[in-house]
Amino acid sequence: MKEVDVLIIGGGPAGLAAAVALDKAGIRKILIVEREKQLGGILRQCIHDGFGLTRFGEMLSGPEYAQRFIDEVVERKIPYLLDAAVTEVTPQRQATYVSPSGVEAIQAKAVIFAMGCRERPRGALAIPGERPSGVFTAGTAQNFINLQNKMVGKEVVILGSGDIGMIMARRLTLEGAHVKGVYEIQPIPSGLPRNIQQCLDDYGIPLYLSHTVTDIHGASRLTGVTVSQVDEKLRPIKGTGEEVPCDTLILSAGLIPENELTRKAGIALDRRTHGAVVDQWMQCDRPGFFSCGNVLHVHDLVDFVSLEAEKTARAAARFVREGSLPACPIRVKAGAGLNHVLPASISGDEDVTFSMRPSAKLADGILRVTQNGKVLYQKRLRKALPAVMVEVAVKRQAFQKEGDVEVSLTC
Amino acid sequence: MSLKFDVVIIGGGVVGSAIARELARYKLSIAVLEKNLDVCMETSGRNTGVVHGGFAYDAGSLKAKLCVQGNRMMGNLSEELGFVFRRSGKVLVGNTEAEYQSLLGTLHQGEKNGVEGLRMVDEKELHALVPSVEGRFALYSPNSGIVDPFGLTIALAENAASNGVRYFLGREVRNIDRADGSWYVEAGDGICCQARWVVNAAGLGAKRISDLLGITGYHVVASKDDYIILDNRLGELVPMPIYTVPSNTYMGIHVTCTTDGNILLGPTAETSDNFSYYGTEQKNIDMLYESAMALWPHFTRGDYIRTYSGILPKLVDEEGKIQDFKIEIRDQQAPHAVNLIGIESPGLTASTPIAEMVVGMIKERERLARNPAFIPERKVPKPFRLMTREEQAEAVRENPDYGELVCRCQQVSKAEILRAIHNPIGARTMVSVKYRSRAMMGRCQGGYCQMRIARLLEEEAHLKDTELTYERPGSWLFTGNVRGGER
Repeated sequence: MKEVDVLIIGGGPAGLAAAVALDKAGIRKILIVEREKQLGGILRQCIHDGFGLTRFGEMLSGPEYAQRFIDEVVERKIPYLLDAAVTEVTPQRQATYVSPSGVEAIQAKAVIFAMGCRERPRGALAIPGERPSGVFTAGTAQNFINLQNKMVGKEVVILGSGDIGMIMARRLTLEGAHVKGVYEIQPIPSGLPRNIQQCLDDYGIPLYLSHTVTDIHGASRLTGVTVSQVDEKLRPIKGTGEEVPCDTLILSAGLIPENELTRKAGIALDRRTHGAVVDQWMQCDRPGFFSCGNVLHVHDLVDFVSLEAEKTARAAARFVREGSLPACPIRVKAGAGLNHVLPASISGDEDVTFSMRPSAKLADGILRVTQNGKVLYQKRLRKALPAVMVEVAVKRQAFQKEGDVEVSLTC
Repeated sequence: MSLKFDVVIIGGGVVGSAIARELARYKLSIAVLEKNLDVCMETSGRNTGVVHGGFAYDAGSLKAKLCVQGNRMMGNLSEELGFVFRRSGKVLVGNTEAEYQSLLGTLHQGEKNGVEGLRMVDEKELHALVPSVEGRFALYSPNSGIVDPFGLTIALAENAASNGVRYFLGREVRNIDRADGSWYVEAGDGICCQARWVVNAAGLGAKRISDLLGITGYHVVASKDDYIILDNRLGELVPMPIYTVPSNTYMGIHVTCTTDGNILLGPTAETSDNFSYYGTEQKNIDMLYESAMALWPHFTRGDYIRTYSGILPKLVDEEGKIQDFKIEIRDQQAPHAVNLIGIESPGLTASTPIAEMVVGMIKERERLARNPAFIPERKVPKPFRLMTREEQAEAVRENPDYGELVCRCQQVSKAEILRAIHNPIGARTMVSVKYRSRAMMGRCQGGYCQMRIARLLEEEAHLKDTELTYERPGSWLFTGNVRGGER
């Protein structure tokens, strides 16, 4: 059987950045397995700009951003497979992949999960109504328009103010469609403020907060949707329903980390992030398995995906060299004001970067890291939004040897 | 366009297709006129796929007799035609003394109907059968089962087509005339079929066709059922369908496993006179959640992958009481016309016995010569996802298209998508590919694969992008290119 030091599943931004960082760390026996016919992952269809400000200090389009990493993978002669889908990974780190050239098994010392995420489809939202054509998730519509050259409709309603939905509102407008509005069930937008400005406000596309689609009409092609206001518990308010004629409904209502392989490998997943439970080495609850990027938790910007993947790769390289990583006995909990915090455990002997998402909009909050009732770190946040990830670095000197750590964000 | 056949069957659902296949055993030229763009677009496909035992129907009824026959045949039929059927068994779960007595009544009715193996089980045995269910006792029917309803209908249709039956899709019947001992059936897109025999297997449209044949006076109502589909993550927890105690008119909410390991919650059973509205309603989704939770509290709303609805045509009398299947030839009023009305549940289970009954009625009036070329078997390759590692490797060696997974979550290969596109009845919609291959049926609902499938349909079926159709006529996908004519 073929053997490698590190198997990277997925050739998108996380997998590519991890591969380059592994190579830089001196690990040569790497294999990236990518199911598509090209490297780059979802960035290939993100032809708008706004990528790379943090990582490269310049504004790039998605394909340009991906190409930087692809060029480096090629230059460093890092092996990769295209058109190859991993169908199984065993707890012993043996993977099977299928490609037109055959079904192969491979044994890895370490596995990095970098499969990204998928979109929440209509069924998962359980929107009632008929089942006409013309209902697309935002990423599917983006793929059809940007990669297949297919125009998906003329009169468009967008449900959910996720970033891809807003970007598609602008894209469809630029291609001559009429976007009638973006409807968001929450009282605040779920995407980044800059996208509200650049994709909606600049094009005069209205954003309706506390609204959702409560019915879908059309036996063949979509003919319209009913939108209703919702109360503070997000339940539609009777009598507020209004029919909006349209031929296309774009859904931008959440992303779900794609963890079927992870689950099958017997690895614990987190209920809130839907990604693996990882320690500060980005290592899962089974040694030698690592997870990074959107398969671990959904990021706001790809730059942070790359940085996280690089950090993961350095830990994986250390694992390959040393056979294990220092234990992480100190548990980390998300306290008040946070949806989740990563990592789930730390060693206490090393610097840590905590990554988190606020659970609500907050003006002038205080972010605190506490252990055994003692504040280890605190920082004032002038503004916090669920759409924007927050990262804080805490020096190792701050931690005590035992006791759970709690991270919270309060007024 | 004018065409001549011995038999025209109106409706290509599970019953129409079963009749087509049974008639193909004889030297007859046969056409099926189907108003949708594929088979199993209505009642045949929109149900739970439960193969019923036959205990729930009045003793002596056609429903009871044909259901019991169909249940017995299903195993052989699935091997012959290559669709998925599992004799899973089924439990009807109860808690109160009144429910116990009611289930005993059902058991006795089932025994009268010739249903084998029925017995009451106590809580302990119930939990040995279905560990996760809430209930104190149950009626257990070991011979009940589950079938892939799309697979069954498509198998019957494709086998019929392979044996010479011509399918005309997207052809709704507009008018029927009778002259000089022939029927003249006019259908959409300007075709007219002359035929010696007409079979009305139009399901939801059967009353309208019956009226066109001159057989009037039937009262049929639409019974609409909403369902929720859950992710196959939970499939192993439900080894067999879990029902509650049925009333006379309604089987109650049940939790059903599908042959693909998903779980269905439903149905709702609301009577209306609308035979074409398939929208699901919020109140029903909420109600299904509550009712299913009481019976089987192991799912969350996060497990929903889709909702759908189906409609059953129920023949009723003047008081609204549901009637037995009506399968008739009225020699005086409409000679050489077989009229099937009110074919609802258990029509899927009973489809082939219904077809045999129809052929028998024709044979009472006309001598039919055997067709020696008839081939009852339909060869279907094993789905890639069900192959062993070695079988997968062998399949890819022989055909590299097996190595290209188009739908990731259901592990459907390009070879299987191509096979679905080139089906023998000529169905060419996105849903045609979905029902034949399982692509787009998983948790991402086509998020990853639908662009690939759309492109393959365009290339392989030589369709323009503006001609691509999702399901029903008029369900277009694209307005055209984004930019320019060049790709």
